[in-house]
Amino acid sequence: MTQGRFVRLAEQDRPSLTLYVDGQPVTAMEGDTLMVAMLAAGRVLRTSEFGDGKRAGFCLMAACQDCWVWTEDGGRLRACSTPASAGLRLSTSQPGASWPTAN
Amino acid sequence: MADRELTPRIVVVGAGPAGVRAAQTLLEAGIRPVVIDEAARAGGQIYRRQPTNFRRSHEALYGTEAARAQAVHDGFDAIAATVDYRPDTLVWNIADGQVWTASERGYATLAYDALILCTGATDRLMPVKGWHYAGAYSLGAAQVALKAQACAIGARVVFMGSGPLLYLVASQYVKAGAKVAAVLDTSPLSNRLRAAVDLIAQPGILADGVALTRALAKAGVPVLTGVTPLEITGNAENGVNGVRVRLANGTERDFAADAVALGYHLRPETQLADLARCDFAFDAKTRQWLPKRDQDGRASVAGVYLAGDGARILGARSAEVSGRLAALAALADLGHKVDPLTLVHLRRQVASYARFARGLATAFPWPHEQAANLPDEAIVCRCEAVTAGDLRRVVNETGAKEANRAKAFSRVGMGRCQGRYCGHAGAEVIAACANIPVEQVGRLRGQAPVKPLPVAIAPEGEE
Repeated sequence: MTQGRFVRLAEQDRPSLTLYVDGQPVTAMEGDTLMVAMLAAGRVLRTSEFGDGKRAGFCLMAACQDCWVWTEDGGRLRACSTPASAGLRLSTSQPGASWPTAN
Repeated sequence: MADRELTPRIVVVGAGPAGVRAAQTLLEAGIRPVVIDEAARAGGQIYRRQPTNFRRSHEALYGTEAARAQAVHDGFDAIAATVDYRPDTLVWNIADGQVWTASERGYATLAYDALILCTGATDRLMPVKGWHYAGAYSLGAAQVALKAQACAIGARVVFMGSGPLLYLVASQYVKAGAKVAAVLDTSPLSNRLRAAVDLIAQPGILADGVALTRALAKAGVPVLTGVTPLEITGNAENGVNGVRVRLANGTERDFAADAVALGYHLRPETQLADLARCDFAFDAKTRQWLPKRDQDGRASVAGVYLAGDGARILGARSAEVSGRLAALAALADLGHKVDPLTLVHLRRQVASYARFARGLATAFPWPHEQAANLPDEAIVCRCEAVTAGDLRRVVNETGAKEANRAKAFSRVGMGRCQGRYCGHAGAEVIAACANIPVEQVGRLRGQAPVKPLPVAIAPEGEE
């Protein structure tokens, strides 16, 4: 497994939970945001639709919308402000759609 | 609707230090306000709270501001059940004397007699080549990662930009055990001497700031001033691997890092004031458009009040005071008796914080000249990867020099952040390219919804 982007510095005695990112299990902790769950285990959240590469969020305060990820049934989640929950199945690309979409 | 006849409905938007103090002040006067907050827990960003199952102390989280943060949190917890508190709720429009909200429960509208906007601030950003790479974050983001999630944004972090938050967050990282590669400040050190005459207005905060710089030096962190950012190095696939800067002495230098925290002080979130049709004026000192208000927070529109960093970047301490003042102004306008001595006392405090903020603007100026020197290939709009060259081409080929017109042609400001992170820099790029003062470029109009909304939620109702 690749090293995570975020480094946990404290609060590491919380119960763990497992969610799935692009089908792969990711171990996170109760109280993590989706963003922290994904970036403590990996390096990126999504691929930019505009051809400029991978993205890993930017503002962490629900303002920039750079951290969108998707549920497997196509629902859009803002990773920085959505709590991680056990069993959640996420996709780093929008399922069944290409940009731009009318949704 | 029943109690609407008895007490006026006052809606407070935002539950940071300004919103909390405004709500308390209204309750003390016998009015039960509606408090709408986008976050799950009250406190705002600077006093942002960690999830309920985290255990770090206020002292560990907020340092010198621990007692203030605790007072704001405790103050709100004491009234949360009494006010009409609506957390996890976005106000996405203001029109026809109503706020329009969205939450997991659905969409709703809510009519108000008075509206107190305490919308807070986000980081003010100047683009630099490579700032779209994974691992480049706003300075505020770096702080939120630590405070709210006990994480560092990387294994080796460069703090680049300017402003008091640069030093605060870098020192919080050091204290928490993160590796800080360097603090790179674009402002020359000499500016701080010129600013001293105003900074002395708040000797306590000034002393705290000096102590932060000393703590960084003691920890062996390189702190360089008068730096010009040239590039965040890395690649589109793996993200950031360092920064390249020009030092004050003219030499170029690279710093290895897997994360960069980037910020140039803060900018107020003024979209809701804009949608409420408040007048704005250009502030030459900080080179930005700000909603007009009187000394107590009254906007140009009757019944609308502005407080905290959402109106002026005066800091969290000032936000507590301006929140109270705005509530008192609303009360006075609704016919309540307000003690004039209290007003004098609070206004005096805000004036002192305003003088300190002037000093900060002198010490850590917005480096607008960087916009003129941005290479054409540098991305200005991170949302849609629009470059400085794209924007300049629009200015040169279409003659569009007004912010909204240039946005229509270039899409800078039209992406999902709605201009929060590119708006100020985009205006500077246009101004430099067209060789006109930045105030002539104007400002991006606020648009509803102020943030993207999920389409799949149901109407909740009208109140």
